[in-house]
Amino acid sequence: MKYVSEFRQGRLASGLIEKIKRSSHTPVNFMEFCGSHTVSIFRYGIRQVLPETVSTLSGPGCPICVTSNVDLDKAIALARTPNVIMASFGDVLRVPGSFTSLQAVRAEGADVRVIYSAIDALQIARDNPTRQVVLLGIGFETTAPTIAASIMQAKQEDLNNFSVLSWHKLSPPAMKSLLDAGDVAIDGLICPGHVSIITGSQAWEFIARDYGIPCVVAGFEPLDILQCVDMLVTQVENGEAKVEIAYTRGVQHAGNTVAQKLMKRVFEPCFAQWRGIGAIPGSGLKLREEFSKFDAEQVFDIAPGPTREPKGCICGEVLRGVKTPIDCPLFAGACTPENPVGACMVSSEGSCFTYYLYGGKNA
Amino acid sequence: MPETILLAHGSGGKLAHRLIEENILSDLSNPMLARMDDSAVMEFSGQLAFTTDSYVVSPIFFPGGDIGKLSVCGTTNDLAMSGARPLYLSLSFIIEEGFPLSDLKRILSSIRDTAREAGVQIVTGDTKVVNRGNADKLYINTAGIGRIKQGTNISGANIVPGDKIILSGSIGDHGIAIMSKREGLHFSTDLQSDCAPLCGMVANMIATGADIHALRDPTRGGVATTLNEMSEQSQVRIVIEEERIPVRDEVLGACEMLGFDPLYVANEGKLVAFVPSRDAQRVLDAMRRHPYGARAQVIGEVEQAETPCVVMKTVLGASRLVDMLVGDLLPRIC
Repeated sequence: MKYVSEFRQGRLASGLIEKIKRSSHTPVNFMEFCGSHTVSIFRYGIRQVLPETVSTLSGPGCPICVTSNVDLDKAIALARTPNVIMASFGDVLRVPGSFTSLQAVRAEGADVRVIYSAIDALQIARDNPTRQVVLLGIGFETTAPTIAASIMQAKQEDLNNFSVLSWHKLSPPAMKSLLDAGDVAIDGLICPGHVSIITGSQAWEFIARDYGIPCVVAGFEPLDILQCVDMLVTQVENGEAKVEIAYTRGVQHAGNTVAQKLMKRVFEPCFAQWRGIGAIPGSGLKLREEFSKFDAEQVFDIAPGPTREPKGCICGEVLRGVKTPIDCPLFAGACTPENPVGACMVSSEGSCFTYYLYGGKNA
Repeated sequence: MPETILLAHGSGGKLAHRLIEENILSDLSNPMLARMDDSAVMEFSGQLAFTTDSYVVSPIFFPGGDIGKLSVCGTTNDLAMSGARPLYLSLSFIIEEGFPLSDLKRILSSIRDTAREAGVQIVTGDTKVVNRGNADKLYINTAGIGRIKQGTNISGANIVPGDKIILSGSIGDHGIAIMSKREGLHFSTDLQSDCAPLCGMVANMIATGADIHALRDPTRGGVATTLNEMSEQSQVRIVIEEERIPVRDEVLGACEMLGFDPLYVANEGKLVAFVPSRDAQRVLDAMRRHPYGARAQVIGEVEQAETPCVVMKTVLGASRLVDMLVGDLLPRIC
């Protein structure tokens, strides 16, 4: 098994597509929470091969997209602080804050470095003992454990020049908030694959139980997603609502308990501001008091100045699934990947970027 | 103590002469270079192609090649893509003070070997040394001149509906080989860069007598970006089939891990050819007979279009747009 090409076989896919066509009678709207799922759906043209009865809808699961301008402005202000090295995952650099981006302040001379893992940031700190290294901690449950591990490591080494600006967010509270708002009718949830590797499929039980919505955890290959849609359609047609896994090679019911413990040891849930959704209690992760020495919010006195939201951008409604990128008057005109107005046009997992990349102006 | 390049090596004085005579002339010697005049003098008749490129790849040694090999392949390949036979190259170094002489020698011998394979002579050059920190190890610029056989007319503007699109082999090998060695990214793979001079294969393709409309080597931005450029240039719609595009398992795996699409990953030893349907088979056969085209495939076809675009039929039978690369996948890959 190579775990990639096997899940991209056209012949197997057409069998699944036929099966979905045969069994789907009720018109349904399935939301994929995760931006990586949106990318796969567009990259392989999955919407085109599904029957008319099945629609898919992109959700808020793009960590960069949901990061608020307030947070972005803080990072930009920090990057401009003398003696600071900002270590960031690449995608974040191009996202516009209220007035500028990390990429732009880097060009002006700020020391912003692209890293591929949290461990790289630790090494930068070790190599530059006289400077302060700030790691931008961004992502859902998937990345939080690795950042937590880097903080534990920094503590063990007693590093005095390493801190984390935590933008981490939790997926289940965001889904709950979306469902409670009731803006959008969802008949099934394509649950995130990578997040569920950590949280386990158990994290989605409340959606099936309390909201009566079928949930299936999916992988990211075309066959994974088709299998997930097939399982969701079957639940809908049978009048069931339960949590199932279509990604058994990665996800278990209980998840990765070691990673969960590590996250809980270092972080605690907090209020978090989501772009487009607003403040959601218990949906963010902040460093526990014991680790405050590594909390950039505590280490630095960050004054980002006033915040501004881009005019006319409907990122917020797109993230809630209320509107699609093509509903936005700026889409593919004033807002393109080269000149993005909103974060959803920047991130490689953003809905607007995905629509534009794979569908163009007429997405 | 290992010998290193000093600022004085670029000053034009004694050290500079010794560096050139002992290392560069000995490796690359040919009558035109040996004259040591200020410029190379040559006679020409007919149509010429002229191109230049700078090479800043990091790391300078990578699996399957180095910056020297790349600097010969890149420029001679650009000539070949115009249907020209590469004849002469210029070769200029910008070297960071402190660069190991042994590394320079390694690079020079790889330049020599690649130039020999490409049948091109290095006839003029320059060496500059800059203070430590003012350049990253070594940069190379090469410019090349090639001759175009009478009657050959190969250009990205010549593509017409009905043309078949032939890709010479697996995509993304160079970009992923470089990434596997990048600081902070280390992942182990046996993958080698595909870096290779393509002029030999192109000569064989032209020798079939086929009416080759266009050739291009999909370097930075990958096949996706190259096809977009060509669809714009000829105002056509390019339709490719995902299942026909060869991608090595190592490249596929690394792309999954890094979140890349192989269509956007750089190649340094591949080409796409646009040929009329009637000539496609013999061009394909000529390519497959050459080691650099053994895995050549027809990957799609050109259609009439109101708006130029590139469309891919996915493995599921759906179709989607293939846009140009936005931003940098990874800087300094060539």
